[in-house]
Amino acid sequence: MSRAALLVLADGRFPAGGHAHSGGAEAAVKAGRITGAEGLESFCRGRLHTTGLVSAALAAAAVLGVDPRQLNEAADARTPSPALRAAARKLGRQLMRAARATWPSAELDAVATEFPKGAHQPVVLGLAARAAGLEPLDAAYCAAYESVSGPASATVRLLSLDPFDATGALARLAPELDRVADQAVEAARRAVDEGPDSLPAASAPLLEIAAEAHAAWPVRLFAS
Amino acid sequence: MHLDHHHDGPAAVSADAHRPDGSHRALRIGLGGPVGSGKTATVAALCRALRDELSLAVVTNDIYTREDAEFLLREAVLPPERITAVETGACPHTAIRDDISANLEAVEDLEDEVGPLDLILVESGGDNLTATFSKGLVDAQIFVIDVAGGDDIPRKGGPGVTTADLLIVNKTDLAPYVGSDLARMAADAKVQRAELPVVFQSLRGEAGVAAVADWVRERLAAWTA
Ligand SMILES: Nc1nc2c(ncn2[C@@H]2O[C@H](COP(=O)(O)OP(=O)(O)OP(=O)(O)O)[C@@H](O)[C@H]2O)c(=O)[nH]1
Ligand SMILES: [Mg+2]
Repeated sequence: MSRAALLVLADGRFPAGGHAHSGGAEAAVKAGRITGAEGLESFCRGRLHTTGLVSAALAAAAVLGVDPRQLNEAADARTPSPALRAAARKLGRQLMRAARATWPSAELDAVATEFPKGAHQPVVLGLAARAAGLEPLDAAYCAAYESVSGPASATVRLLSLDPFDATGALARLAPELDRVADQAVEAARRAVDEGPDSLPAASAPLLEIAAEAHAAWPVRLFAS
Repeated sequence: MHLDHHHDGPAAVSADAHRPDGSHRALRIGLGGPVGSGKTATVAALCRALRDELSLAVVTNDIYTREDAEFLLREAVLPPERITAVETGACPHTAIRDDISANLEAVEDLEDEVGPLDLILVESGGDNLTATFSKGLVDAQIFVIDVAGGDDIPRKGGPGVTTADLLIVNKTDLAPYVGSDLARMAADAKVQRAELPVVFQSLRGEAGVAAVADWVRERLAAWTA
């Protein structure tokens, strides 16, 4: 099918609920860990090599046809924070709706029926890419990019950060994004033979801990 | 879209008039408008007026708190399981227009969990004059402005004032105190909206929400016909 479908899937305006989530940026801003463009770049770098890599590998594995149920369990096991698991499923459910309307497929219908309250977002992202006729590497890029673009746009709103500075930070991460996407696909190919246990399990404990605290705030701008 | 098409599994197409089991879904009415114009107060009054004759639920979209949902809970206008708050990530209009997925989930979950429902009211977070609801989310929309926000708002127009299925000009009791000219507001609204209806309302007055409740009943009759 068409490579250009990747542009549709990766578009920040793809209506799949991401705009209400900060990817941990709101908690990091409040804690003083992100105060400007430099802090944003470090935060995104950390997220890219942990959550980003894991998400990209899960997405690529889903494109390669690894069992979504097993991938969903693998995602659960790699997400210690209950708040983040809930957010990932919620976003997965929202993405599933958008994907089914955009690229109708029997496979998506079946997974939607199996997970009425949502499977983890990266797994659904991979299935959406598959339904769109995209490659594992495309899905890996999309997941890795989302892991940094979400916090960047949230930080623009939270700190009134200059949007050009935020975009510059994302651009500087591009070479690392290439490497993470490649690693993710390699891992996903291994998972086809060895099972999902061989997928990366890089984690950022502070993201998990801060997400738990954030979920209990009475007043917040973002859902996660 | 596919108005009579029945899906297997969860609905994928938002505007479908039927639920996955083939039953007719609830009518969804959106309420939008500037901050503080009286959206939540109107929702509360509608719940009180209609809850004995209809099965109702409410979705609120708060910008950074759960204040609207909590107000409705505190006022006990509906049982708590019939009120859901959606988080909008600092962009209330995005959640009702450009990316409606969280709101669709909320309305579908309400129908699954407390249904069958006749009517779901979706309140937008307070926003600007351009905020309108997607047709994929609601079947009809009410735009709520008030007399205290300036009597030139109907003249300014904008998508909310011009295209909403019903325009409410609220807090008419305050008009004498803020120097708003109701006749001028009515004339300007007529120019912007032609035949679309406008209700002037004071929730502090005796009639309260009655005219709007009647409008909702008419919409519901048309929906279920
Ligand atoms: N005098 C008068 N006050 C009203 C009327 N309707 C609402 N109010 C008051 O106006 C204030 C704002 O009303 P809300 O219903 O919270 O307004 P809202 O549009 O939901 O506000 P946001 O959700 O914050 O955008 C409250 O103090 C209400 O009691 C009315 O008809 N007359
Ligand atoms: Mg309100």
